Parts: sequence; structure tokens; C-alpha cells
Amino acid sequence: MKHRKAGRKYSRTREHRIAMFRNLLMNLIKYSRIRTTDAKAKGLKRIADKVVSLARTNNLANIRKVSYFVNDKDLIKKLFSEIGPKFANRSGGYTRIYKVGLRRGDSAPVSIIEFAYEEEKKTQKKQAKKAAGKVKKDVRKSEKTVQPDKVTDEEKKENV
Amino acid sequence: MAVPKRRKSKSKRDMRRSQWKLSSVNVITCPNCMEPMLPHHICPGCGYYKGRQIIEKEEE
Ligand SMILES: [Zn+2]
Repeated sequence: MKHRKAGRKYSRTREHRIAMFRNLLMNLIKYSRIRTTDAKAKGLKRIADKVVSLARTNNLANIRKVSYFVNDKDLIKKLFSEIGPKFANRSGGYTRIYKVGLRRGDSAPVSIIEFAYEEEKKTQKKQAKKAAGKVKKDVRKSEKTVQPDKVTDEEKKENV
Repeated sequence: MAVPKRRKSKSKRDMRRSQWKLSSVNVITCPNCMEPMLPHHICPGCGYYKGRQIIEKEEE
């Protein structure tokens, strides 16, 4: 039974699995957005979220805990000086996974995993939308049925 | 040791196999570009997901 058995084995030995996630995590810290299979992204999220929440408070103990997974001084520096402070106001959910589709060759589901910052942009967009919505609300209702065709026509013209 | 007494008829065999089916893929249209896409995925046509540009796509 699958009771109380979280996580995956990835057809690897323990050492191989840990090494794989070290590499994935270090690449994630380095590039802040990486593309892997769904399964690896989900496994990486568990580790990355723990590491980031350690990186939010800068002390020697946490640096040592994190260095189990991040075996690179520059990347540890980046974690504690750049990534940790950005999540100061966030409690959990430091990474985000987008599903991309099926990979050609082995048809494996591929996804993109990234650090979930960009809070400012989001709120700005929401505010902009709210402002726009208030004005256009009445217009939208009347155009609702016509809108889809209009959009495609305009886009086609732009593409050509 | 317990062993089958009778060979299963063609009918019984085929009735069993009638349940071997493929389920169809649920395809939706992208709310942004109207291209067909998979639900809960980034749109392969325009790179949008939940109204935000996730992947940059070069347009011809
Ligand atoms: Zn699209």
C-alpha cells in the first residue's frame, strides 16, 4: 500500500538520486528557471522550498544545512544574499511549476520550475486590470459574443 | 495445484478485451490565441498560462 510513502525513487540508488537533485537544485539557483520532467520538478520542489526557507535567515547553522545540497560557495552566497531576502514576506511556496507538454523522443511530460518571485508585477497587473475593468465592463458585456473572432482576425493581420 | 478446467470461449475472451480502451485526450482552446492546447499546460502556440506570458514565442 502507498500509505505514508511520499516521494519517488526515480529508478536510481539513494546516492544517485541525491546527486541528481543536488545538480538540479544548483542549476535552479544558478538560472532561477529550469526545464525538467514533471516528476523531477515535483521532487525538486520539495527540496528547493526547504532550502529557500533556510536561506531566509542568514546564520552559520543554516549555511551548513544548505551546503548539503548546494555544494558551491558562489551559489550559497546567491541563495542567502539574493534569493532568501526576496522571499522575506512569503511563507512557503517559493517555487512554481508550469507544465509544458510532452517531450519528443520518449513522450515524457516536461515542465518548467522557477522561483516564485515577481510579486510586484502581479499586483501591478491586477491593479491595472481592475482599473480597466471598471471602465470597460459595460462594453465587454455587449461584445462578449463577438470578441473571439475579432481577436483572431487582428492577430492574423499582425502575423502577416 | 488449481488449474482452469475449461478453455475460455472466444466470446468470453473478446468480452474481456472489450474493456481495453484508450481514453481520448481532453483538448481545449487557448483563451489567448485560440490554438488547441492541453488543460493546465502552457499554451504551445503563444506561451501563455493563466493570462501571463511564461515562454517567449517568436512569431513569423
Ligand atoms: Zn495560446
